Amino acid sequence: MVVAAFSDFMQQIVSGLAAGGIYALLALALVIIHRSTGVINFAQGEMATLSAYIAWTLIAHHGWNYWLAFTATLAISFGGGVLIHRGVIRPVEQGSVLRIVIVTIGLLVAINGFIVWEWGGEPQLLQGPFGSSTYDLHGVVVSANDIGTILVAVAIVVLLWLLFRFTKIGLALRAAAVNPEEARLVGVRVTWMLALGWGLAATLGAVAGMLTAPAVFALDPNMMAPVLIYAFAAAVLGGIDSPIGAVVGGLLLGVLLNMLSYLSQYGAFGWFTEELRLPAALLIILGTLLVRPQGIFGKPEVKRV
Amino acid sequence: MSPRQTRVVGFVAFAALVVFVAVLPAFISDFKARDYAYVGIYLIALLGLNILTGYTGQISLGHGAFMAIGGYTTAILMAGNEQFGGPISGGMKDLWTLPIAGIVTGLIGLAFGVPALRLSGLYLALATFAIAVAMPSTLRRFDEFTGGGTGIQLGGLPELTGSSANVDILGRSLTPNDWVYYLSWSIALLAFAIAWLVLRGRTGRAFRAVRDSEIAAMSSGVSLARYKTLAFGISATYAGVAGGLFAIATANVNPDSFPVALSIFLLVGIVVGGLGRLSGLVFGAIFVYFLPLWAQGHDLGSLLPGRIVSEAQKPGGAAVVFGVVLILAMFFLPNGVSGLFRRVGLAIASRRARSS
Repeated sequence: MVVAAFSDFMQQIVSGLAAGGIYALLALALVIIHRSTGVINFAQGEMATLSAYIAWTLIAHHGWNYWLAFTATLAISFGGGVLIHRGVIRPVEQGSVLRIVIVTIGLLVAINGFIVWEWGGEPQLLQGPFGSSTYDLHGVVVSANDIGTILVAVAIVVLLWLLFRFTKIGLALRAAAVNPEEARLVGVRVTWMLALGWGLAATLGAVAGMLTAPAVFALDPNMMAPVLIYAFAAAVLGGIDSPIGAVVGGLLLGVLLNMLSYLSQYGAFGWFTEELRLPAALLIILGTLLVRPQGIFGKPEVKRV
Repeated sequence: MSPRQTRVVGFVAFAALVVFVAVLPAFISDFKARDYAYVGIYLIALLGLNILTGYTGQISLGHGAFMAIGGYTTAILMAGNEQFGGPISGGMKDLWTLPIAGIVTGLIGLAFGVPALRLSGLYLALATFAIAVAMPSTLRRFDEFTGGGTGIQLGGLPELTGSSANVDILGRSLTPNDWVYYLSWSIALLAFAIAWLVLRGRTGRAFRAVRDSEIAAMSSGVSLARYKTLAFGISATYAGVAGGLFAIATANVNPDSFPVALSIFLLVGIVVGGLGRLSGLVFGAIFVYFLPLWAQGHDLGSLLPGRIVSEAQKPGGAAVVFGVVLILAMFFLPNGVSGLFRRVGLAIASRRARSS
């Protein structure tokens, strides 16, 4: 009994990490955009769903190999992100917060409508590349999909870190985000860097979307709406300007929500049901903003009058 | 135009609106009257949201959730929730639930206004958006109060006025659809007048000061805490009344009656009507309610080319139009329909000034 409970517990940790990895990727996308353009992108979830549909079309309709379609989707999403910044975001970037929020909400509505319009509302099946097999590690049964998801998320985060830390373009990206005026003076093409940031965020979202569809067993137009809220919670919890915070926040949130579900089966937190996952994320958002608005890893904001 | 002329024009326009609303059912089918009733309900919610977002500058992407609270208050007071194991036995007549729905939602709005004081701009948008997303599943979870996924049915209840027969009022016999229409629009016009009175005076000035610059407002002695929470309270009261009316008009409430899309529609409505303006909100309400129908070729939509109509009739087509309109409005019409009116008015006035 105790052993069964323990292996069950470990299983929940692993699947919590897999879900958390997806939240972390989407949260990272939000953080990159917020750091560079000061925008919270409410359309991030729908952009990710659109990417997943593109991948599905390439695989199911055109018979592409999974990883080929994966790579192509990343490239298309990157281009789409750059275009969205140049075409839609830049004209209102200097305007009031309200205008920016409304434009990203408009994007959310339009992209969601476009998905339903193009592919219909009924769920499709986008299979993951890892199959449905399970492994038994000393009594702890883990699914290949969970392990694969965690590995992909880790690989993406490491690649991103390498890009920002060790390449010239990464340095320019950081410079444009931290201090656009001085970056421009030393020859960084700031507006292109911001567009690049949107492209990177769209790419991260695409990975999150393609990993989410097999995890929830259905590709449907509203698939990413709850994931976006979890990503918001993760980003706020870790600090909306902190990439490390987004990753830690995402993993923490994934594990925490799974733990609550797990414990409620064994009597503790019996009131916690699946329906409370989203309200729990909402409480984390509100609680963090009220108690420590800069999040775990963020620096407090100083406002100059 | 001088302020006085503007006020006269405003009065005349409002009187014309009242007359128009009063006679409209004589010219449209009984069935259409219910459509226009929803326009009135949207108008109430838009007035509330505009007081908060347009006038005070506090973004709410979660006003559908406030409507849900009002709608459920009305439904529970009418039908009770004992049948699900809840504590309330119901039995209240529909009309009397509306003020209570407004007060309950208003108090919750005031309460939410306090933590919201610490959230500015983007963070407030984010938190209210999360509320809108979390609302339906919260309603499902507490099924002993709300009836869970199936919600609460009001159709056929004796508490629902006109649920089975015509309604006799002021010596006239109204069909149920006309009854809902007149009920919604009486409240909507009253709500409009109250909003105008509140916004034209000291309170309205304070709201606008908070919106335009918090620091300047503070240094001229405007209490940010007081006026922001007040705006939340008033705004939520409006949304609560609109939600209660919505429950009465649809004769049921369930978690999907108040989706995230509703909150977004309300935002579209105030953007199209004009942020921080009242006159355009009627158009905002008409736009939000009828655009999906127009896109599919009803009414005005029959003037559109057949190709566009057939594309928009596919599911999702109307949403694409909504989204694109939102973005374009932010590019080209930041002051909505009201701003357009004002620009046209200014152009006419300046031409008259030149010719005289």
